[in-house]
Amino acid sequence: MSVPPSSLPGAADARALGRSPAQAFRHGMVQALPFLLVMVPFALLFGVVASTAGLDLAQTMGFSVLVLAGASQFTAVQLMTDQAPALLVLASALAVNLRMAMYSASLTPYLGRAPAWQRGLIAYLLVDQTYGMAIQHYEKHPRLTIPQRIAYFLGASLVCCPPWAVTTWIGATAGNAIPAHWPLDFAVPITFLAMIAPMLRTRAHVAAATVSVIAALALAGLPSGLGLLIAAPVGMTTGALVETLVERSRNRTAAAGRENRA
Amino acid sequence: MSAQMPGWSDVEIWVVIAVLAVGTFLIRWSFLGIMGNRPLPVWAQRLLRYTAVAVLPALVAPLVAWPAAAGGRPEPARIAAAAVTVLVGLATRNTLAAIIGGAVTLVAALALI
Repeated sequence: MSVPPSSLPGAADARALGRSPAQAFRHGMVQALPFLLVMVPFALLFGVVASTAGLDLAQTMGFSVLVLAGASQFTAVQLMTDQAPALLVLASALAVNLRMAMYSASLTPYLGRAPAWQRGLIAYLLVDQTYGMAIQHYEKHPRLTIPQRIAYFLGASLVCCPPWAVTTWIGATAGNAIPAHWPLDFAVPITFLAMIAPMLRTRAHVAAATVSVIAALALAGLPSGLGLLIAAPVGMTTGALVETLVERSRNRTAAAGRENRA
Repeated sequence: MSAQMPGWSDVEIWVVIAVLAVGTFLIRWSFLGIMGNRPLPVWAQRLLRYTAVAVLPALVAPLVAWPAAAGGRPEPARIAAAAVTVLVGLATRNTLAAIIGGAVTLVAALALI
């Protein structure tokens, strides 16, 4: 090894590779702890919103345990409150989860050779937080074994997922105690805007969001949920288009730079 | 059974939950489960990258512009709260900070206006 023992990346890599699966599991748990700060209030809020919308405790828990995907849970409950047809509720809530196909695809090179039941379990537990942690960890330490990767993922999931269900239950139970004049109608908009704003990292993301907002407002006269179903693909296409254009102009600039040097 | 969701029977609600659960699992399982190591086409990756930032704003925009709680008319307190949420989220890149900023603004603006 040419890497000096004191160099941090090398040492961290050696530590990561030297962990037993049990140690990797605990490592994942510890690293997931800060995410509780976001998950707990979010799940509480879902419990409150769902129960004030008229879902009973079992239905509310059904969302958090079986679906286990915050943004789509809020989407479904909001559209059901708006009396949108069931098909539109499902299409919109599933559209919110489409990004997880991307997560699934990007984890496949690291976990694709794990046993089928483990891949099924990981799929069930694949949320924004566990994905974000896992992909960072796997990319930083490419030589991890598959059991180490699985253990790390499951450790992170143990901290992220059961508390999601437990705090939903607390929110749903406490929801009835909340005074009726609190402006809870606006909890979903604020939560979603708070999730979106930090995602607006590139021009393409900003363009996608802007166009989808304009389209949604323009189409607001359509039956409940239908405007969303048109506005969202228009926004997605805009994002993909802007990304392509930005990439192309960057390539041109790079090519011009090479020519100038030559 | 206390407050039932208006317009939805128990069975309908459970069907929505079940289909959403199965559909979401299949989305998550898709590539891990069946695709093996085949990569996703670049154009598909591109579109999927923008699902969240396209779907969520489109859902929220009408709720901000015409809130049902204000009789479906634009209302300054809710618009201010939405603006503060976005600005705090952009500035801090922190979802929790943005939620707190928006909620405080909403409560304060409703009390003042």
